[in-house]
Amino acid sequence: MIFTSSLELLSFHWVAYSIYSVMILSVIAWFGYNLTRKNRKSVFRIPFYWYMAFLVAGGVGHHIFTYNTIPWVSQDIDRHNITPDAKYEFKIKGHKWIGLPKQVLIQCGETVEFDVHSEDLVYGFGLFRQDGSLVMQMQVNPGTDVNGILDSNEILWTFNHNGVFNLTSTEYSGPLQYTEDGKDLMLVKNFVNVVGCKDNNGGKQ
Amino acid sequence: MSFAKNLVNGTNFDHTSLNALQKVTLRAVVMAFLFYGLVAIEGMIMRMVEVGHVPFNPLPEQFFHPEHFFSIMTVHPIVGIFGSTYQLVFGAFTFLVPYLTKKPLYSVKVANGSWLLITIGTALAWIAAFVWNYAPLYTLYWPLPADTHQFNVLGGIVFIIGIALIMVGTLLFIYNIYATIFARVGVHKNKTTKELLISGFGIDGFLNLINKLRGKKPYSKEPALALPVVAIFRGTVDTFLDALVILVAGILILVYLIFDASGHALDVTAIDALLYKNFFWWGLDLVADGLVLIYVAGSWYLLATLITGQKLFMENVARAALMLELLVSWMVWSHHLLGDQGQPEMMKLISGEMVTAFELLTQGLALFITLVTLWKARPLKMTMELKYLLGGLAGFGLAVPAAIIQADMGMNRVLHNTQWIIGAHVHIALIVGLYMTLYSAVYVLWPLVTNNTKLYSHKLANLHFWFHLIGGIGMGAFMGMAGLDGMLRRHLYVHGEFNPDMIFAAFFGSMLVIAWAAFLSNIIMSVGLKGLIGIFLPSKDKTQSYGIEDKIEPADDPAFAN
Repeated sequence: MIFTSSLELLSFHWVAYSIYSVMILSVIAWFGYNLTRKNRKSVFRIPFYWYMAFLVAGGVGHHIFTYNTIPWVSQDIDRHNITPDAKYEFKIKGHKWIGLPKQVLIQCGETVEFDVHSEDLVYGFGLFRQDGSLVMQMQVNPGTDVNGILDSNEILWTFNHNGVFNLTSTEYSGPLQYTEDGKDLMLVKNFVNVVGCKDNNGGKQ
Repeated sequence: MSFAKNLVNGTNFDHTSLNALQKVTLRAVVMAFLFYGLVAIEGMIMRMVEVGHVPFNPLPEQFFHPEHFFSIMTVHPIVGIFGSTYQLVFGAFTFLVPYLTKKPLYSVKVANGSWLLITIGTALAWIAAFVWNYAPLYTLYWPLPADTHQFNVLGGIVFIIGIALIMVGTLLFIYNIYATIFARVGVHKNKTTKELLISGFGIDGFLNLINKLRGKKPYSKEPALALPVVAIFRGTVDTFLDALVILVAGILILVYLIFDASGHALDVTAIDALLYKNFFWWGLDLVADGLVLIYVAGSWYLLATLITGQKLFMENVARAALMLELLVSWMVWSHHLLGDQGQPEMMKLISGEMVTAFELLTQGLALFITLVTLWKARPLKMTMELKYLLGGLAGFGLAVPAAIIQADMGMNRVLHNTQWIIGAHVHIALIVGLYMTLYSAVYVLWPLVTNNTKLYSHKLANLHFWFHLIGGIGMGAFMGMAGLDGMLRRHLYVHGEFNPDMIFAAFFGSMLVIAWAAFLSNIIMSVGLKGLIGIFLPSKDKTQSYGIEDKIEPADDPAFAN
């Protein structure tokens, strides 16, 4: 199983966590009910070491599972050794994007690097589908190296489905990101356009 | 008794019968619940903004403005965590440590100084946001707190002074607790500092386990400190480190603001933003993943033994696990920086993922030990304290796995900074997990701290329980679902972009406000307005201990015993 888009991952996560939530609440409710009953025999015994082994397996296994099913994990770790199909570099200053292309056109399956620099505050870089759901994001930290060159905040992303995505900052950088009536000044509509995929699923990257 | 007489005089509460220790405990607890009400109302205001400009939204227009909205968001965690949670925990431990060690509290004056400073500090931070709209959020990401283009300098200085006072109050609490634990009086008259330290760090429990495996006699049959005191001892180490980090960050911000006010602004780029983030999150995370989890585990153990009247199951393992929890809490901060591309990958992997996953083990162990202790003592009466304890266990049963899921490099890419984090994890951990554990402690300690004052209404207590439980889980769940739909946690939405999730979250949030009102009414009707004021008057009985001659009796719904 490989999640080819964040939407698939989020849907899987929604179902898995909902099932777990119902289970844990039911167990506690069942436990509380049986605590009050006289001469209630244990239905089953949970051996301590098996319980601990289950927790260890759950904690470690979760990361092994995501490493093997979410493609952007290994890509992110190894990003300095991967040559992207295209690279886009721009800055942020005073809640404004500087040097931003009007629209980034991406062919299906291309791996793109976004390298964002901040000249003042901590911002975020996030791509969103038209329905508001999140494609991906990273933090954008300000800072310079010893030569005064702005620090890089770069992310590699492979786009496997068609779609048009909006851009905004995903980190709070003060109220000046908004107008008085709440309009987000860092929102760039239709910033990324992915084309060429055969399985056009309505931008569900 | 008529309603009016009850309101004025309470049930059978007599504040003049309380000693100095009982009064100082109740003062902190009263302030904690008043601040809780404030934080619940703030939360509802923000939720109603996010519901948006829909018909029947009663919220005035000013709350939709960004500077106002983010001012509330800035003080919401300050009031909630420090003003309410810290005060409630500190109040309870100020009573419990002398009670469990059978020794007097080191100083009631210091305890009074602690709750007063935290109260004044919280009020100052709130005023800075209310008057000057100082809104860098609790994360204080550098250089935003020193950004005088966006924020008023005076507001910033008042805010930082407020935070500093909270931290000084916290340090006073820490000093008082350790001075009490290490005082060689009473049962500890013949104990050395080394013996108390070994017990405090749980090393005796660890050595007992080793000796058992080697077929030797236990290192210590009767550890110097009771297990809940060990948890308080251990958690307070993190409380201390956290206070230091926040104080240092506060001083840094204050220096920049003062220089700016004097017309000689300093260069903010002199501080590396990512390094600062690491430093600040290391300290701040000692609250969330350190003292909260350790204090909660200790509270569960105490409550389980008091409710059942039996010894804790696997006590030596529990002692050793608390030591492990302390070490784990120092090494997990990188899970807050999984979205920071400049953070070294090995730190993300080891600190952010692998060590963080240990919390599933330590908290799962505490859950297991508590449940087995309860199970071995069945049948038990479903008292208020048992109900709340089960609610607390359920809360952490939901929130801890949610945390482990998001502390993953793959998941974090789509969950970081979304409402999932703050809803499904933080609010369920705090409101359901932590607060229900604390309410359980309130019901257990109530007869001891109030000299067997009868609570006004069982119905109000039950209403509080169910509304708090359902409201807390419901609100957290719908916030979490909105997060999965892409809703950010530190973003302004004024057009109801994430309805109906936000409408449901607001509905369940209003249940929390009703629950708080029911609880507060029950308390006020029990102690009366006269008693409430009397709590803050000096006590005639200067005793700084409680029940030194008394044995700990198993609880049988003692809050309603009379």
